[in-house]
Amino acid sequence: MIILAVDNLTKADVEDKMMVIFSRHRGEKQELIPILQETQAQFRYLPAAAMKETAAFLHMPESTVYGVSTFYAQFKLTPLGKKIIRVCRGTACHVRGASKVLTELESRLGIKAGKTTDDLEYTLETVACIGACALAPTMTIENETYGKMTPKKVVEVLGDTSEAKQQQ
Amino acid sequence: MTQAKPSNNSKIILVCQGTGCVSGKSLELTAALEKAVADLKIPGVKIDFTGCHGFCEQGPVAIVEPEGIFYTHVNVEDAQEIIESHIRDGKPVERLFYKDPATGEAVPKYQDIKFYSKQQRIILRNCGHINPERIDDYINAGGYQALPRVIKEMTPEQVIDEIKRSGLRGRGGAGFSTGTKWEFCRNAPGDQKYMICNADEGDPGAFMDRSTMEGDPHTVIEGLIIAAYAQGASEGYVYIRAEYPLAVKRVRLALEQAEERNFLGDNILGSDFNFHIHVKEGAGAFVCGEETALMASIEGKRGMPRSRPPFPATSGLWGKPTTINNVKSLATVPEIITRGADWFAATGTEKSNGTCVFALTGKIANSGLIEVPMGIPLREIIYEIGGGIPGGKQFKAVQTGGPSGGCLPASYLDESVDYESLAAAGSMMGSGGMVVLDEETCIVDIARYFLSFTQAESCGKCVPCRIGTKQMLDILERICRGEGEPGDLELLEVLGKQIKAGSLCQLGQTAPNPVLTTLRYFRDEYEAHINEKRCPALSCTNLISFYILPDKCQGCGICRRSCPADCIAGDKRMIHIIDQDKCIKCGTCLEVCPERFGAVTKVSAETIDVPTELVPVTAEKPGAAKETS
Repeated sequence: MIILAVDNLTKADVEDKMMVIFSRHRGEKQELIPILQETQAQFRYLPAAAMKETAAFLHMPESTVYGVSTFYAQFKLTPLGKKIIRVCRGTACHVRGASKVLTELESRLGIKAGKTTDDLEYTLETVACIGACALAPTMTIENETYGKMTPKKVVEVLGDTSEAKQQQ
Repeated sequence: MTQAKPSNNSKIILVCQGTGCVSGKSLELTAALEKAVADLKIPGVKIDFTGCHGFCEQGPVAIVEPEGIFYTHVNVEDAQEIIESHIRDGKPVERLFYKDPATGEAVPKYQDIKFYSKQQRIILRNCGHINPERIDDYINAGGYQALPRVIKEMTPEQVIDEIKRSGLRGRGGAGFSTGTKWEFCRNAPGDQKYMICNADEGDPGAFMDRSTMEGDPHTVIEGLIIAAYAQGASEGYVYIRAEYPLAVKRVRLALEQAEERNFLGDNILGSDFNFHIHVKEGAGAFVCGEETALMASIEGKRGMPRSRPPFPATSGLWGKPTTINNVKSLATVPEIITRGADWFAATGTEKSNGTCVFALTGKIANSGLIEVPMGIPLREIIYEIGGGIPGGKQFKAVQTGGPSGGCLPASYLDESVDYESLAAAGSMMGSGGMVVLDEETCIVDIARYFLSFTQAESCGKCVPCRIGTKQMLDILERICRGEGEPGDLELLEVLGKQIKAGSLCQLGQTAPNPVLTTLRYFRDEYEAHINEKRCPALSCTNLISFYILPDKCQGCGICRRSCPADCIAGDKRMIHIIDQDKCIKCGTCLEVCPERFGAVTKVSAETIDVPTELVPVTAEKPGAAKETS
């Protein structure tokens, strides 16, 4: 299994938490995706060590676990940032200028969509549709939705959250 | 509603808590309304919530029952006024009424709003009217009446016959007869059968299934149970996108409630019919909306489709006979049983019965969720329900069927909307996305957008889809960059036809549709991009330029200060100049230039003569107050 530089967790780091997750399952092959979802909810990504434990628990090759992990967009193999920014790329958002919003975010954060900033502060993602089409173009930061976005509002919103962070 | 006897002064305020309105802070609004009622100690007022009302453009929305007053764009700050003025003093808050975009007239009641009055709601019948987290609301609205009838009075064959007679066709897009699908599975040999609800709605710009599950989860579940009874399935799955957390939560809650009432579980309603439903959350793969990929995903594998036959009806989940139905098909089933096949068949066209749900978005005044009878003219959807194109812009096209569908031009406005006529036009019903495009939308860019989506979501199993869509996308990207070459369009057509013919599943078989239909109806726009390096919609970044008109610029400096690229030179009362090499074409200068000056212009394949160095303003001051820097 490919181990990525930013993935530092060892078997000892993940073992206890994985046992808790496994205790909710019976060890059937069909449980692989739910287990990976719970693992990601726990660690905010899929540590290689956790995937190895999962393979052993489900009696399947590690390559199968890796294959499923890399097939689905939801699963991340590197740690996600503290705040996940999702830019909606639904059709309504696209025709109302979502790509300009995304470009501005990419240049402000210095990362491409799908990546995480080096300080693990932000992860930038795109999503197919968040269903708030009337507010297009939209983006979300964690659970907060920002509607009718413009490149200029990106600057305001980013400034906004970093200030909020300092106050905490 | 379900609450105890309504007395004269008992009112219910129903706040929408669909995803769209929640984004607009409707949760906070609900709390503020509750607080205002408590503070003012008004008796007999109940604040409740519902799923999506469909009119997302006007969100957050709230309805005051029993009179049916419809409030739009309600902010947290409006809560106090609604309670004081409307609930306590009996004076509805007029400024929050819906305003007809054509006449500007305020419309207080939702039944009178064209957006609603032109609709016919079967699938969405309860959405926005019941609390989706209370099973009793659904039962009081006529729910769980079909299920006892089916179990106690009808044989499985009679149920299948009724659904076949109703003419219900799969609402997932392909439009196959639902009853026939059930019959195949019923007749397939095997003791163990599965019934799956496909709620993996992945089209960008579509949110019909999500709203149905969020607003009325029990109707989907009742339909699923009836389908299982008809086919002899004992295990069922609801496969929902993990990106829909609220829908997942409400479906899980509804399943618990249905089980408590014995609508679900062992010996349902005292019969010997057992049925259990499991929720499976998708993990973010568009291709999993395809039947065989969806089943692979439930089995815990990579969600890749396989060739058919064998069809799921004979060999589906774990090799057992399986039926997969879309959310909307299942949501229709209880109503067909309750009101009869003939009632359902009376709506719609000869071959397309019943209603269809669309997520109407894009360049349209009334974005939202609509349900209309099959066969309605497209014009009625766009101009009467949708309220037309905002900002006085021209209609260009409507895109139906998402990344698998196509774009229809203005000449199709008077065509009927149903499975047959959309297919004949090269598009498809699809799952129900309907995106309106206006003159400012570049058709080549839209085709590129949809193809970039399907290309990224191609699972990679078969070559035509994996490599073919990439080749098509490369060509479209070149055309949008202004690097199109003669012969590109012919090549796109050849590739598109080959991908359609050669791909394994519907993802690949339909991926070229957005390109092929736009080539058919808007070829001139492609040709302008290739031959003249011009984008007629003034949208493709590489093909447009912004200029400050020397004879109009007042030298106010607002564009210079707003420019994110710092590429505008100028000074007070000097004509401003955009450095074309540095301009990132964001359009901010055009947006901020005061309307009465109108000094910034956007052009394609044109240059405008501007001074090479700063010179004083020559334009006469407009009559209005001057802009100060």
